[in-house]
Amino acid sequence: MYGFEALTFNIHGGYLEAIVRGHRSGLLTAADYNNLCQCETLDDIKMHLTATEYGPYLQNEPSPLHTTTIVEKCTLKLVDEYKHMLCQATEPLSTFLEYCTYGHMIDNVVLIVTGTLHERDVQELLEKCHPLGMFDSIATLAVAQNMRELYRLVLVDTPLAPYFSECITSEDLDDMNIEIMRNTLYKAYLEDFYRFCQKLGGATAEIMSDLLAFEADRRAVNITINSIGTELTRDDRRKLYSNFGLLYPYGHEELAVCEDLDQVRGVMEKYPPYQSIFSRLSYGESQLLDKAFYEEEVKRLCLSFEQQFHYAVFFAYMRLREQEIRNLMWISECVAQNQKSRVHDSVVFIF
Amino acid sequence: MGEVRGGCCPPMDLFRSEAMQLVQLIIPIESAHVTVSYLGDLGFLQFKDLNSEKSPFQRTYAAQIKKCGDMARKLRFFKEQMDKAGVSPSSKPVTQTDIDMDGLDLKLGELEAELVEMNANNDKLQRTYNELIEYKLVLLKAGEFFSSALSSATAQQREIESHQVGEESLDTPLLADQEISTDSSKQVKLGFLTGLVPKEKSLAFERIIFRATRGNVFIRQSAIEVPVIDPISGEKIEKNVFVVFYSGERAKTKILKICEAFGANRYPFTEDLGKQNQIIDEVSGKVSELKTTIDAGLLHRSNLLQTIGDQFVQWNSLVRKEKSICHTLNMLSLDVTKKCLVAEGWSPVFASKQIQEALQRAAFDSSSQVGAIFQVLHTKESPPTYFRTNIFTTAFQEIVDAYGVARYQEANPGVYTIVTFPFLFAVMFGDWGHGICLLLTTLVFIIRENKLSGQKLGDITEMTFGGRYVILLMALFSIYTGLIYNEFFSVPFELFGHSAYACRDLSCRDATTDGLIKVGPTYPFGVDPVWHGTRSELPFLNSLKMKMSILLGVAQMNLGIILSFFNAVYFRNGLNIWFQFIPQMIFLNSLFGYLSLLIIVKWATGSQADLYHVMIYMFLSPTDELGENQLFAGQKMVQQVLLLLALVSVPWMLLPKPFLMKKQHEDRHLGQSYTPLQSTEESLQVEVNHDSHGHEEFEFSEVFVHQLIHTIEFVLGAVSNTASYLRLWALRHLIHPVGLIMCFILSLSFCSLAHSELSSVFYEKVLLLAWGFNNVIILIVGIIIFIFATIGVLLVMETLSAFLHALRLHWVEFQNKFYEGDGYRFYPFSFALLSDEDE
Repeated sequence: MYGFEALTFNIHGGYLEAIVRGHRSGLLTAADYNNLCQCETLDDIKMHLTATEYGPYLQNEPSPLHTTTIVEKCTLKLVDEYKHMLCQATEPLSTFLEYCTYGHMIDNVVLIVTGTLHERDVQELLEKCHPLGMFDSIATLAVAQNMRELYRLVLVDTPLAPYFSECITSEDLDDMNIEIMRNTLYKAYLEDFYRFCQKLGGATAEIMSDLLAFEADRRAVNITINSIGTELTRDDRRKLYSNFGLLYPYGHEELAVCEDLDQVRGVMEKYPPYQSIFSRLSYGESQLLDKAFYEEEVKRLCLSFEQQFHYAVFFAYMRLREQEIRNLMWISECVAQNQKSRVHDSVVFIF
Repeated sequence: MGEVRGGCCPPMDLFRSEAMQLVQLIIPIESAHVTVSYLGDLGFLQFKDLNSEKSPFQRTYAAQIKKCGDMARKLRFFKEQMDKAGVSPSSKPVTQTDIDMDGLDLKLGELEAELVEMNANNDKLQRTYNELIEYKLVLLKAGEFFSSALSSATAQQREIESHQVGEESLDTPLLADQEISTDSSKQVKLGFLTGLVPKEKSLAFERIIFRATRGNVFIRQSAIEVPVIDPISGEKIEKNVFVVFYSGERAKTKILKICEAFGANRYPFTEDLGKQNQIIDEVSGKVSELKTTIDAGLLHRSNLLQTIGDQFVQWNSLVRKEKSICHTLNMLSLDVTKKCLVAEGWSPVFASKQIQEALQRAAFDSSSQVGAIFQVLHTKESPPTYFRTNIFTTAFQEIVDAYGVARYQEANPGVYTIVTFPFLFAVMFGDWGHGICLLLTTLVFIIRENKLSGQKLGDITEMTFGGRYVILLMALFSIYTGLIYNEFFSVPFELFGHSAYACRDLSCRDATTDGLIKVGPTYPFGVDPVWHGTRSELPFLNSLKMKMSILLGVAQMNLGIILSFFNAVYFRNGLNIWFQFIPQMIFLNSLFGYLSLLIIVKWATGSQADLYHVMIYMFLSPTDELGENQLFAGQKMVQQVLLLLALVSVPWMLLPKPFLMKKQHEDRHLGQSYTPLQSTEESLQVEVNHDSHGHEEFEFSEVFVHQLIHTIEFVLGAVSNTASYLRLWALRHLIHPVGLIMCFILSLSFCSLAHSELSSVFYEKVLLLAWGFNNVIILIVGIIIFIFATIGVLLVMETLSAFLHALRLHWVEFQNKFYEGDGYRFYPFSFALLSDEDE
């Protein structure tokens, strides 16, 4: 249906696209961030945020504030918006929107499983979970002892079930296993999401494949960097990379054998879109890599709003809002801990 | 711009917006708060934000605002608590206890702490109470289950025994033996858990437990009929009581974890029947005990809330005022010496005395040593537009403002709108029956005005209420035009004597088919009722109403152009008089003014001339003889002159103005280029002035294109606007094919039908048809349909439709002749306006 989607898109998607674009215009701007960065206390931040779209969520918070409260309330706003959109959505948009939350679901599963491994209280863990990735029986995850049980008990009811086929083992859970599980799940999820978007076709497929490819490549780089110096074999590492993206397949071959950061860099600089990211980093510096990737992602996400009649705006909006919440968390933490000089280290301006 | 008001015209408050001035106040810092508060009471000053580059928390009074925000939050908390407890804040005026902000803050803090503690205690008690209730339910339900299980088990046992006795076969005893033996061996280790699980989760719960223990459990659930209050969340939810039997410690820990995960509350339970009863009694006793405690706590709490409620309104307004004062103070700039604040703002000229008085009062009350300084600044900035409207004129002014707020001191169409708007509406709506209905509705609003204005109304009701005086005039005019059209729910009445016409002889019964002869004097007022239902009714009324529409339209457009003359005189813009007003007048009147003249002449003389023909051939062949279409002597000559005038006025409008503007600009520029030579300081001054003035670049092509567009718009507009006024007629009569086409082209909405046509359709096709059946039931049904159709379609929809068209005629056809509408509204800092906007 490429080329004709503009004709029929608005029948079902028009209202929600308008809504999501309206939400997007509520994102904080560079001017807001500049003001926020000048704040002296968390109350200042609250005062500034009450003048934005976060107002109704923050205005009733009594005064000594904590960073967690701010982040919680801001996330609540995102969740409310998401739920509203999901309520209004029809197929296939509703499936698309659900796909957007699976990433959080995977993170939550991993969080709970790691938490129980380290004997943490389930209730406490549940509070830390991202509300978008919640499902009914999430708390029961604590019962499981190994992957097979995990799958059989709980996850079989969730949308994550199909992604588990790769990693059902009877091994007992440990940190390493869990991390591998997370990445395997993510790989399966990204590939599935990619296929789903391709099936949707049109501008959605075009833009989403770009965004998802970027996500897959970023994960590949992160996996490589994090697995340097661990006992993960090259083949295992190779297995964790998603089977699409700009780096697939030759970049993956090269990444799989990397032994240090400079080799990774050597691989990545062969790809023009990533050249600019790496050229900004000086040799041997990996902390800023995250920020560079985030900045690039935000740029791409913003660009997706330039086209109309596609679903990627929903994905992009949620991602941008999450980035904004990360920014707010960083700023509030810096303000709360009197580290204002470091505010700009991790804040990614959206506009 | 317009500092001196010409002595030519009498003061008309609404005709031009109030004269405004930019004033500067220098207020000593110690009396700033009182001063701003007094100015807020007065409500005649619109403060300019002098700190716009500062972010909100960098401003001087940010801390106070934060404090106010916190107090507002506390008040919101109280409000929420009061709403929950069903205590309404009393509206009775409380004795004005003078309380300052710090005291209030302290008091609110105390009250909040008290309330929070009370709530916490209450919650704790409530929780225990709910837990006990749940426990009781579990005991009852599980007890039921156990007793029924027991009885069925014994029954089964008996059955098995009887089977054993009765039927001896080869394999039965073996099997029974096995069963019994396994049963007894299991019973030793079998443990069980009882509790409550939310109903919607119960299925998943059962499934997970089943999976986790590989099916080695036995679960029984039974639903509780009434929803229970969950002790943790405090919400009412439906729950199931469950009993799980398991074997082994591992299964127990698993089940416990699952229970925890599902938010299932577990309660201990004993199998012993005697103990059960004992526990139930115990629990019931505790429940009633707790109940009294909770009731006492609630009573105490509601007393506290009541005392809060008594003063809530006062506190709320106090906090709101304080917050707005601080916001205003934040807009003032701090003097370098930090001893005084400098405020700038717009105020109406007439209010300067009141403002000065307020300043003096403030200085006196705050016992400050120096008073505030009040001075008027000169500026090139365009001041805000402020009309002093009253309860009656506000709605009409709103109609104009909805299109665009008038430029400072330009002629305000609102004055004329008060009469013309309801009148044009009535021309479309005219029916005195419907008019009376409308009048009664709006009278209800007007009579209950005082009561309704305080309340919150629905969206639509609010709108209707806001426009009640517009509707009043619309109804009165509709009654008037309805009398002229002689229609009462589309039925004519002989109100003003007998019809002038009668049948030629007694035998003619059907007036629609036979001719009539004139018997009496002309019907004194409005349309003769005898026209109703005749074959020539439509041609007669169409002709009448079309011509009337054109007359009204030309008159209103002329008024618009004349208003542009008043604007030009007021702003001393000679160019606009000579090269815009005069050619426009000539153009419009030589074509459509002439048409109006012909219409009147035709009416006065009773001539048979065809006006279409006259107008069309005036353009196509102005030299031809008019023949039978001649209405007066020398008509041909007059027409040629008028045509010539119209043709001349087009280039007159187009060409001279841009050239003259260019010349004017060059003159000014020439004058300016000499000034810098005099002294350097002055040149700087000029530079500044020059910049602030903001019209340096004169782009001739742009101005010319602008003028071209204006000219084309006016020339084409003269034709299309006149045609547009035909909607006055088209909305009443649709049946005519021309009318049909006109209506489709003209009407903003396709659904707008001719009012009187629809009305008569409902009357004839519904009411009269029903009458014809001579059946009471059909008649009643017919009457009901007629009433609903009249109210729904004719009164509501048609009112809206006619309103819309009247609105369009004002906004487009009338206002585009003179109205700029690019001003901005005057928003004074006023406590009176505060209460509305915050809700």
